[in-house]
Amino acid sequence: MTDIPVITTTGLTKVYRSGDREVTALDGVDLHVREGEVYGVIGQSGAGKSTLIRCVNLLERPTSGTVTVAGQDLTELAGRGQRANPALRAARSHIGMVFQHFNLLSSRTVQDNIELPLEILKVGRRDRARKALELLDLVGLADKAKAYPAQLSGGQKQRVGIARALAGDPKVLLSDEATSALDPETTRSILQLLRDLNRQLGLTVLLITHEMDVVKTICDSAALMKGGRIVEQGTVTELLATPGSELATELFPVTGEATAEDRTVVDVTFHGEAATEPVISTLSRTYNVDVSILGAAMDTVGGKQIGRMRIELPGRFEDNVVPIGFLREQGLQVDVVGRGAPQTPDAAVLTKEVAK
Amino acid sequence: MSWNAMQSVLSTATLDTLFMVWWSTVWAVIGGLPVGILLVLTGPGRQLQNSAVNKVLGAVVNVGRSIPFLILVIALIPFTRYLIGTASGPSAAVVPLAIGAIPFFARLVETAVREVDGGLVEAAQSMGGGTWTIIFKVLLPQALPSLVAGLTNTVVTLISYSAMAGAVGANGLGSVAITYGQQRNDMRFVGVTVVLIVIIVTVIQLAGDLVVRRLAARGGRANAPVRLLKLPKARVTADEAA
Repeated sequence: MTDIPVITTTGLTKVYRSGDREVTALDGVDLHVREGEVYGVIGQSGAGKSTLIRCVNLLERPTSGTVTVAGQDLTELAGRGQRANPALRAARSHIGMVFQHFNLLSSRTVQDNIELPLEILKVGRRDRARKALELLDLVGLADKAKAYPAQLSGGQKQRVGIARALAGDPKVLLSDEATSALDPETTRSILQLLRDLNRQLGLTVLLITHEMDVVKTICDSAALMKGGRIVEQGTVTELLATPGSELATELFPVTGEATAEDRTVVDVTFHGEAATEPVISTLSRTYNVDVSILGAAMDTVGGKQIGRMRIELPGRFEDNVVPIGFLREQGLQVDVVGRGAPQTPDAAVLTKEVAK
Repeated sequence: MSWNAMQSVLSTATLDTLFMVWWSTVWAVIGGLPVGILLVLTGPGRQLQNSAVNKVLGAVVNVGRSIPFLILVIALIPFTRYLIGTASGPSAAVVPLAIGAIPFFARLVETAVREVDGGLVEAAQSMGGGTWTIIFKVLLPQALPSLVAGLTNTVVTLISYSAMAGAVGANGLGSVAITYGQQRNDMRFVGVTVVLIVIIVTVIQLAGDLVVRRLAARGGRANAPVRLLKLPKARVTADEAA
């Protein structure tokens, strides 16, 4: 992953008019997707995420705002008319897109489906066939070249959809709820494939989804959309470091209540920047305290731990200032849960304790 | 009239009928296909959205379809004479047949093309495809089974129209039934022409159905259009049933 922005939208707004009713689907969206990352936009249906991704390749024309993909200002390129001009079409052929319902042509074989974008790019017949077979191999369907889509399972169809999206050697892949029509196991294998492609080809993936699991499984960065606006966005680490972040809470939910009155419940957030040492057991040994883990949502990414853990320390907060200070020294974010307030994990009032 | 004489009259008439149906079908496709596609693409929210063109085309097609064929033939006599030089004979009959069939086929094309999943058009657009790509690589191939079924329907209708055209001097089987059957009261001619027309219609319908089923088999059963004529189902043998 680099810091080069590959998809940027500024002030993206889309208003649908029907008669005298106006619906604002996008309300000033600023999106920043960096090269080589998997970026997930999550939101409930009607939040505008589908409109957003369709605005990125201008399948949907924004009412105002700009879209820049790989250094090209698409909104400027497209001009005013509703029809896609050759310049916009050329830009689109280098932006891959996969769809929830696959959108494969039932009249064509798998191989011919993958060749379609190459036909549009006017690639010769031999080169088309070679490229299509290569891509089929890449998505693990080398034996299905001559099959028709109707003969494939949902997961296989989406693999073909992905292969087709890669035919134009895109730098960017847009995924419009690509796994929403698939069962959990198939979803995992498709996400794994997207992850592999992201790593192997350095492909930037912008995906929209309503499933938190998708974000959790493959995203480096995420944005939460509500009512046509992005209310939170950042890398998973940044989100974790944001106190009260809704996405972080959803991504790494921790629950658990104090087991007795005179105990301190602490949420420890691992940003991935902390030392890879086993801090909890170090804490236990150094200060001779019995740490109970009430709940944890952890992932190990690149050898570093990311996530949250809710632990319980014996004694009241006043007795635990030193151990908590130790955790902070390790570079961890520590929030003391509901000091004085009754313990309700969902509405956990995260009282940020004064750091020394 | 001897059987031999009858045979020569009937074979000439059959060839005339096939001639009229063939050429009017060719014109129906040449005219109806683009009109049907334009009716879809100029509609609201489509690639070539243009409500003026859409409304005018729609109105022309509606008027064309609502004129009874016999009246159309008579109304077009001056036009036919201008184009062909005469208003009688099989060549002249092709003019009203084609003009009657174009709006008929155009509506069937419109329905078939409209049924193509919008997601496929969107996918093609996302690959950088333009309007021509969408028409020739998405809409027409995907609608092909329905288009063939519509064409079969059009041909069958044209056979019936061609018999009507026979009433106003177009030759062909319809004209034979009228000249020999009605005017000379030789009912054998009526019987034989009916049988011949039934055979022609059946052959065309079976051929059309076969092509449609071949095409639809690729896309899975979900896309298979309703068949117009039922073919006998293959018998399930005891082994297969068990």
